[in-house]
Amino acid sequence: MLSIDTLKVHYSGIQALRGVSLEVTKGETVALIGPNGAGKSSLLNTISGLVKPNSGNVVFEDTAITGAAPWAVTKTGILQVPEGRRVFAEMTVLENLQVGQTALHGREPTYGLDDVFRVFPILQERREQMAGSLSGGQQQMLVIGRGLMGGPRLLLLDEPSLGLAPVIIAQVFSALSELKQQGLTILLVEQNAHLALTASDRAYVLEQGQIVKSGASADLREDPEVAALYLGQG
Amino acid sequence: MLAQQLVNGIVVSGVYALFALGFTLVFGIQRILNLAHGAIFMTGAMVAYYVVKAGGALWLGFIMAIIASGLLSVFVEIVCFRRLRKTGDEEFGGIISSIGAGLVIMTIAQRVSDTLILRFPFETFPVVIFKFWGLRVSMLQLFMAGAALVLVFILGYYIYRTSFGRRVRAVTDNEHAAMLMGINPNLIYSQTYFLAGALAGAAGVLVGLAFNSINFIMGEPYLMFGFVIIILGGLGSIPGALLASLVFGMGQTLTIAYLPSGLTDTVIFAALFLILLFRPHGLMGKEEAGNIRGRR
Ligand SMILES: Nc1ncnc2c1ncn2[C@@H]1O[C@H](COP(=O)(O)OP(=O)(O)O)[C@@H](O)[C@H]1O
Ligand SMILES: [Mg+2]
Repeated sequence: MLSIDTLKVHYSGIQALRGVSLEVTKGETVALIGPNGAGKSSLLNTISGLVKPNSGNVVFEDTAITGAAPWAVTKTGILQVPEGRRVFAEMTVLENLQVGQTALHGREPTYGLDDVFRVFPILQERREQMAGSLSGGQQQMLVIGRGLMGGPRLLLLDEPSLGLAPVIIAQVFSALSELKQQGLTILLVEQNAHLALTASDRAYVLEQGQIVKSGASADLREDPEVAALYLGQG
Repeated sequence: MLAQQLVNGIVVSGVYALFALGFTLVFGIQRILNLAHGAIFMTGAMVAYYVVKAGGALWLGFIMAIIASGLLSVFVEIVCFRRLRKTGDEEFGGIISSIGAGLVIMTIAQRVSDTLILRFPFETFPVVIFKFWGLRVSMLQLFMAGAALVLVFILGYYIYRTSFGRRVRAVTDNEHAAMLMGINPNLIYSQTYFLAGALAGAAGVLVGLAFNSINFIMGEPYLMFGFVIIILGGLGSIPGALLASLVFGMGQTLTIAYLPSGLTDTVIFAALFLILLFRPHGLMGKEEAGNIRGRR
């Protein structure tokens, strides 16, 4: 479904991606793990068109979208839920979700308001509240819900667990597994490797702009190197 | 008499609001001060004048002025700011390039008008005075207040109640997230600048009618007032600009009416200074609005 071929990105001076290749098949949840600064967000932003690659290709369902503008990328059904819960703070929860529909560009919605409220009931309770006044967990739910309103065929999630309490993380990830059950294809970026490897089918390990390991998530969980470096057990 | 001055003050405030709303809208969305806004206001007045002079009806002149000023404003954004935004230097670079655009527009207007003060033909706007409760209110004043009210209402409806307005607010709030939701910010900018310019142009026509005097530098005092108003209201805040227009317009009218003429500006600016001392981010401003780079 998504195929990335030797993608290279450098910002002035820094080489963030040094030839990354990666595949996501329809219906899969693929995790991308790696330390802070590895280039995970850069990869998602390049797919989404916020960052222009220096070389390499991004192909989504046989269409090259390399270097396309962000709004053009959303037309294909690739929706990114960015790192750091970027809600529209001075708009209500409902308005945030409505803005998400812009990404449809006339495509049929795959999730309506009701579906989002079923996955995240708290959003329905808070629908008239300003997004900026929500708790961190609620904001994370809102940005995921906003992405769903855009009719994703592939959802890119950037560190959904960042800065959240364990109880809230569990809620967010149970919602993600529900979405996965329903057949949504997800590319999940996480620093929390344990979470990511539990929630995904396959995974890639990114270090300093390069994929250093990949495989079935269950296997990577058992991998001694991965365990030592990312799972916090020796 | 106080009631009369209050009526006059409301009319003046309405014009300021039309001017300042666009100014603050643009600042809110791009963190840019468009210093050509005064020249765009003047263009509105000139266009209306030339339409009327060519035999067109005033309402036609009014509509043409709104459209022309809106388009001019869009053009200024594309020429002055769009390229600068790519370099990230728009904050100060934009000030300079928009001063330049303002000068170019004013110079063209000076040429076209031959540096003359232009006046609408007699009775372009019917001179009718209503007298009630001891007040004297001209039909023109009623029209000015009414037009300001209607336009402000339309703007508010557009921004707060339509899907277009939601997109404008989304880009204002977080441009990256808005792009990820499929919004093309360039389209939003053009539409916002059009609205801003159209409102300024409408204000220009109203001022041109009120004083029956139009010239190529008429926008500059309004640029200064507008600047004061959006700072007083809180940079980027629409309700703030409305409130500040009222405070400033009323304050100006009342001080002119009741204080010796030399004192007017002193009193107004001293009051502003006091307000900003207690509310450094303006009446309704967010803390971050003062920190121009804060949101990037
Ligand atoms: N806009 C940018 N300009 C310059 N350098 C950047 C930019 N964004 C990220 N970087 C750098 O690129 C590298 C990868 O960053 P990022 O993709 O955010 O990593 P991750 O998401 O894995 O933490 C880091 O060294 C970071 O400092
Ligand atoms: Mg990151």
